[in-house]
Amino acid sequence: MEVPILKQSDYLIATIQAALTDEDLLNLHYALVERVGKHRSKGVIIDVTALDIMDSFATRTLRSLAHMVKLRGAETVICGIQPEVAFTMVQLGLTLEGISTALDLEEGLDLLKKIDTKKRKV
Amino acid sequence: MMVDQEASIIVASAADIIVAREMGRKVGRELNFSLTDLTIIATVISELARNIIVFAKEGNVKVGKIKQGGKLGIQIIAEDNGPGIVDVFLAMQDGFSTGKGLGLGLPGVKRLMDEFEILSDTGKGTTVSVIKWVL
Repeated sequence: MEVPILKQSDYLIATIQAALTDEDLLNLHYALVERVGKHRSKGVIIDVTALDIMDSFATRTLRSLAHMVKLRGAETVICGIQPEVAFTMVQLGLTLEGISTALDLEEGLDLLKKIDTKKRKV
Repeated sequence: MMVDQEASIIVASAADIIVAREMGRKVGRELNFSLTDLTIIATVISELARNIIVFAKEGNVKVGKIKQGGKLGIQIIAEDNGPGIVDVFLAMQDGFSTGKGLGLGLPGVKRLMDEFEILSDTGKGTTVSVIKWVL
């Protein structure tokens, strides 16, 4: 299942809607890194509210995605990690170190705007 | 100890991982596991099934209900005929990896479950068996 990517002013929003296969996740990877350039986006939000698990592969893919987006000059915020998913990730030893997270889409957009304002001031 | 095997799934592609973890969730729901435990069960299956694909290309994931004494639980067995693990002790250390993983797979799985058993024969394959009891 392909993940839809929406453009909202300076930001891209990718909402994961169901369990993804490894291939879907990798496709999202390439699509986002490319779109960041195409739309000259300042930030990317990945909404994982619908994901019922985050295993080591999903975590690693999201982490590398965030790093690649950063290399393209934009910021990534991952939002919507469910409580039981967070619990399991910690127990499993998975981290999203160095990556911004937010409770939901609204908070995610707020966070991106804040990061953006800070960057413009510099 | 009595095991009621509910399903055996052949794992040979990434899509099979999703099938296997859905099966785990289904059996877990029948045993009335909490949402957190169901997430743990699905995640553990995901990790074990991915190990099969990455290291052995193909294998089996079996999900069953287990009864021991007065306890009821879910048993997951992941088996393959792959290359096997040369040093099981090292594979059980956090941060050790020879594959593409984070090197956290097996110790993490062990932390998440109540019982953990691994049998590996170099050149013959690996069987990981885990149990989570209903509290």
